[in-house]
Amino acid sequence: MPVEIDVTTVYIEDRPYPMDPEQNLLHQCLSAGFNLPYFCWHPALGSVGACRQCAVKQFKDEHDKHGRIVMACMTPASDGTRISIKDSEAAAFRAGIIEGMMLNHPHDCPVCDEGGECHLQDMTVMTGHDYRRYRFEKRTFRNQYLGPFLNHEMNRCIQCYRCVRFYREYAGGADFNSFALRNLVYFGRDKDGVLENEFAGNLVEVCPTGVFTDATLKRHYTRKWDLEFSPSICTQCSLGCNISIGKRYDTLRRVVNRYNGEVNGYFLCDRGRFGYEFVNSERRIRQSRLRTEAIGPDAAKRHLRDLVASNPGVIGIGSPRASLESNFALRALVGPDRFYAGIPSSELELLRLMLDILRSGPAGTPSLREVESSDAVLVLGEDVMNVAPRMALSLRQSVRQQPIEIAKRLHVALWQDHGVREVLQDAKGPFFIATSSATRLDDIATECCRGAPDDVARVGYAIARALHSSSPEPQDLADNQRAFVESVTNAFKMAKRPLVISGASYRNIGIIRAAANVSRVLPGATLSFITPECNSFGLAFLTGTSLEAAIKAKPTAAIVIENDLYRRLPAPEVDSFFSQCAHVVVLDHLENRTTTRAELVLSTATFAEADGTLVNNECRAQRFFGVFPPSETIRQSWQWLGEWENLDRVIADMSGGVPGLSGIAQAAPSAAFRMSGAKVPREPHRWSGRTAVLANITVDEPKPPVDLNSPLSFSMEGNPDQPPAALIPFFWSPGWNSAQATNKFQEEIAGPLRGGDPGVRLIEAGQGEGIPMASRAAESDEDARLSAPNRDRQGADAFNGALFASVPSAFQPRENEWLIIPLFHIFGSDELSRAAPAVAQLFPDPYLALNADDAAKFGAEASVMGRNLPVRVTPGLPQGVAGLPSGLPPLEGIMLPAWSGISRI
Amino acid sequence: MPLTKDIHLDRQPPDLKAYESGGGYEGLRKALRSMTPAEIVEEVKASNLKGRGGAGFPTGVKWSFMPKDAAGPKYLVANADEMEPGTFKDRFLLEGNPHQLLEGMMIAAYAMQVNVAYVFLRGEYKRAAQTISRAIAELYAAQYLGKDIVGSGYSLEIRLHLSAGRYMCGEETGLLNALEGKRANPRAKPPFPPVSGLWGKPTTVNNVETLCNVPHIISNGATWFKGLSRSKDGGTKLYGASGKVRRPGLWELPMGVTVREILEEHAGGMREGLRFRGLLPGGASTDFLTEEHLDVPMDFTEVQKAGSRMGTGTMIVLDDRTCPVGMLWNLEHFFAQESCGWCTPCWSGLGWIERILNAMEEGRGEPGDIEKLTFQTKFLAPGNTFCALAPGAAEPLQSGLKYFRDDFERHIREKRCPWRSM
Repeated sequence: MPVEIDVTTVYIEDRPYPMDPEQNLLHQCLSAGFNLPYFCWHPALGSVGACRQCAVKQFKDEHDKHGRIVMACMTPASDGTRISIKDSEAAAFRAGIIEGMMLNHPHDCPVCDEGGECHLQDMTVMTGHDYRRYRFEKRTFRNQYLGPFLNHEMNRCIQCYRCVRFYREYAGGADFNSFALRNLVYFGRDKDGVLENEFAGNLVEVCPTGVFTDATLKRHYTRKWDLEFSPSICTQCSLGCNISIGKRYDTLRRVVNRYNGEVNGYFLCDRGRFGYEFVNSERRIRQSRLRTEAIGPDAAKRHLRDLVASNPGVIGIGSPRASLESNFALRALVGPDRFYAGIPSSELELLRLMLDILRSGPAGTPSLREVESSDAVLVLGEDVMNVAPRMALSLRQSVRQQPIEIAKRLHVALWQDHGVREVLQDAKGPFFIATSSATRLDDIATECCRGAPDDVARVGYAIARALHSSSPEPQDLADNQRAFVESVTNAFKMAKRPLVISGASYRNIGIIRAAANVSRVLPGATLSFITPECNSFGLAFLTGTSLEAAIKAKPTAAIVIENDLYRRLPAPEVDSFFSQCAHVVVLDHLENRTTTRAELVLSTATFAEADGTLVNNECRAQRFFGVFPPSETIRQSWQWLGEWENLDRVIADMSGGVPGLSGIAQAAPSAAFRMSGAKVPREPHRWSGRTAVLANITVDEPKPPVDLNSPLSFSMEGNPDQPPAALIPFFWSPGWNSAQATNKFQEEIAGPLRGGDPGVRLIEAGQGEGIPMASRAAESDEDARLSAPNRDRQGADAFNGALFASVPSAFQPRENEWLIIPLFHIFGSDELSRAAPAVAQLFPDPYLALNADDAAKFGAEASVMGRNLPVRVTPGLPQGVAGLPSGLPPLEGIMLPAWSGISRI
Repeated sequence: MPLTKDIHLDRQPPDLKAYESGGGYEGLRKALRSMTPAEIVEEVKASNLKGRGGAGFPTGVKWSFMPKDAAGPKYLVANADEMEPGTFKDRFLLEGNPHQLLEGMMIAAYAMQVNVAYVFLRGEYKRAAQTISRAIAELYAAQYLGKDIVGSGYSLEIRLHLSAGRYMCGEETGLLNALEGKRANPRAKPPFPPVSGLWGKPTTVNNVETLCNVPHIISNGATWFKGLSRSKDGGTKLYGASGKVRRPGLWELPMGVTVREILEEHAGGMREGLRFRGLLPGGASTDFLTEEHLDVPMDFTEVQKAGSRMGTGTMIVLDDRTCPVGMLWNLEHFFAQESCGWCTPCWSGLGWIERILNAMEEGRGEPGDIEKLTFQTKFLAPGNTFCALAPGAAEPLQSGLKYFRDDFERHIREKRCPWRSM
């Protein structure tokens, strides 16, 4: 049967264009490739009709010669609509709008630091406004200190309201607002201070001019057109947000969002945006060394080769923050049997279990776009905001999905943002959080349930049970747990696109199993696992043996890549491992405790100098490309460890040799890819100083460095056309110098990039054939007894998995001990951003978290696990449970959760 | 004259007892006891009552937009945020006879099956705040408000809300935002308030004077109401005059009396030694009318034909010893101040207009300024802006530029305000 697609015809300049009647004219005109200027409209924020910049002339019919001015963003693309963009009256009006905005805007484009990537500048040129008729004084504002990430220059403001709409309405922030009236509206905080919202950095790109600019960029400022860019993947959590990284000379200057319709869309979190500065850190290892002696790369490589040859028992310890290629190279060097994961078994087994669960389905794992469109969500045991921040922003949108049905019923166009928000008011769809302490998403939660990790698992099991009688039933739930279970169950039964989110944060297998059960008994559900690091899943594809197994193997020699083992296990265990190991080789880019234990340290590339593949939390393999040209002294791990000609050779070996990874070559075009015979230039064509940047070294203009690993060139030369989506180094289009140029790369506005959003999913929904038997975790546990599903229930057709059977028993507080759980901090729990000065400023001091009752027993400070720490009252922690901030420098290597006494000081 | 018959400036407003003894709440009783909500809406439609806030939209039609079967609450709001410069008619009704408004609200609320209604009152109207809250208290005490009003089974709560004070609050959607505790920015329409109004629920906003007419229409019938008028628009109207006239004031007159009748008979003509130059017929945001328009009947249709709007029906009169540029500067200063800052033409354009007029007044006008002002009046045309504030602000200016162009030119040519030394 032919599918009827709802398309209308809109006439632009008397030519017919097929359009989506559910959209507005601006959206559709831009999708059709027209240059229609705008400010207040944003593809992710919708239309509000404030700036009046996108005015067009609308005509009643083909005989109407007068028409009337309408705002394209506020006009539906209904059938037969006739508009003109070129109409002289509309064009004059648009120029008038720019003139109005420019009354108070500084006239300093040539020297302004936003110049060259300013949407206002682009739109001014586009409308043709070029002469200032206003002769009066400009208004001036006092700027605010907004924290280490953002610079505030209110005098540039054109009152488009995008910032406050993004910050408050989209990202849920409260400490930022619009103040005062008329031409004096002020966008800022009520007083100076660090912006609280974790997504504040997006204001850099949301602001159409330079009111909010990247303060980290300002410290090593370079114009956009003078930066050399690469398409990269954020390494600072497991979501794999796509980023563009820009460098000049030998420093990485900034990170901006690289649109991927399925993953990060238009926004990044602040850790991802500002954590990059570790690349420029003074703690970088820029030269290899043998013991304390610096050595050249050839000597270093020779040492490594000799060491491997003379130590047949050498083992390799991989890393969840290193690429698939680098981990694979190590595995290939030492042999799969002697390749270890570099993470504790408590984490690795959970990762392997998660992969098994996802393989066996039937619940698919959602992209962030799908997370955003979920209409009922259960979070089991994850502090999403602090562990996978960008997902929290998607969840903030997901709670609008059910209420938005009201707007649909009232025929309020969904792109009409404020109209929809008025209808919705504070209505939020079902969103449930079960964790051990308060989270930064509690404000949008329908209900929260607090309990120790085992109790979180029990609640999950109870939900699965309530949805399906063959799921095991936890006994003796508390009343509040029962009520929570009932609410979740009722909401999930009504939902069309329910989502369960879980992960490894509490290192609790019961939580993951419970999440799997819920997803399996709920028709149409998706299941999202948050993993701890950027390539956790990738690592789990490559090995099933843990760091403890590596220690147990008592090797005489070990090679560790991109991994500080002191963050993984308690220091004494790591110490004794290194002590009994005669030879330790460490490949890394920042000095840490592990590098101090190495005999041979190989100076290794960061993500900014490397190319490779990372597997994110949805098992999407994504390629990143370095922005720094190859260096003799700093090499990628896989280059140190093997003799591959280029990245593609590693990928070919790996995809042929590792089950499940056969698809990764498709993550991006190979190095041989050319567009009309040319490479994709990393440098904008306006990149300046080609003949000058190296003039202090040589006055000859050297040949640009050769990139063997990618189809990108380290040059401004190459094909200027749009490359395939995975290779877009930066968004630019003639007349569109700002981030808004993204419009020109999409199949339709806010839709996929041309040719499809990048990345290859390694596991698709329902791909596997049933029960997660292969799981090591399951094998090692009698929980592998999986009960057969009951197929008589309605909707059970979609149900082909099996259910985990063993429910943990309820948490029992102990007399003089506390269960210490890890607490996560977007700024603080991550290893590498510690070396990024702006992010490090926001690290909390180490503390011991207790609930109010427990805290009262100890006073201001207490001793736990041999450390004296200030006590912080943390809401939601159950009786008998305490918390320590995960990953903060003095608390690294503590294996949590763990029982411990706490004593007074 | 129904609206003002019980208003005596030398006395306290009638309390519940006095109001009832004069026939008050008979309309309400009739409505509740013998009319269906639909019949009330039909009666008001038949009366040709048009909204007295300035837009002149037929009230009964507006009420009929309210959904009849909507789940959840619906709201009625009496717009008592009277801030139009030169306008003080609602104040007179609020201070003089609060029960008349409340009865009108109750009938309107019943007609639309609304159970919660608000009086959104301009913050500076302190006396009105007292009279209204006293009257509401009386109604609750007499069980005219609350559950099961006069045994009808119908329930209604009325609340008084004092505005923090912004011109934008008079725009119905700005008002709704303010009532929700938000910035008083206007909302995009559609959705219109009957679809998504206060707190996203169906809502009707009516002007005070409009609602005050309702009890009389219900008591006396639509035909009687239409008979009060000399024009197609039904009823009487509170007309006012300010400026240098002999007797500035406010009069309830049949709808459709001529401008001349108001100006010459009721306001007593111009003060001694002054000559009439023009007037803004219905508040500051209407176009000037001049000598040639004096015989125009003051109703919504006829004033529009003459190139202006009846607006609130309270005229501001300009004499020949007052500088029209100065008058416009004063008005545009007000509008520029009151721009909410939402849409670019308004916040940028009004500020610019105000500065040019100020410069002219201070002798700093320049050749080309008149052209810039003219450009702005077109730039701020309806449809170009987000709400009606800026187009309203452009009306006196565009007509001022038409009728008093010489005055503008003199300001520039003489580099001073010619009236300042007079």
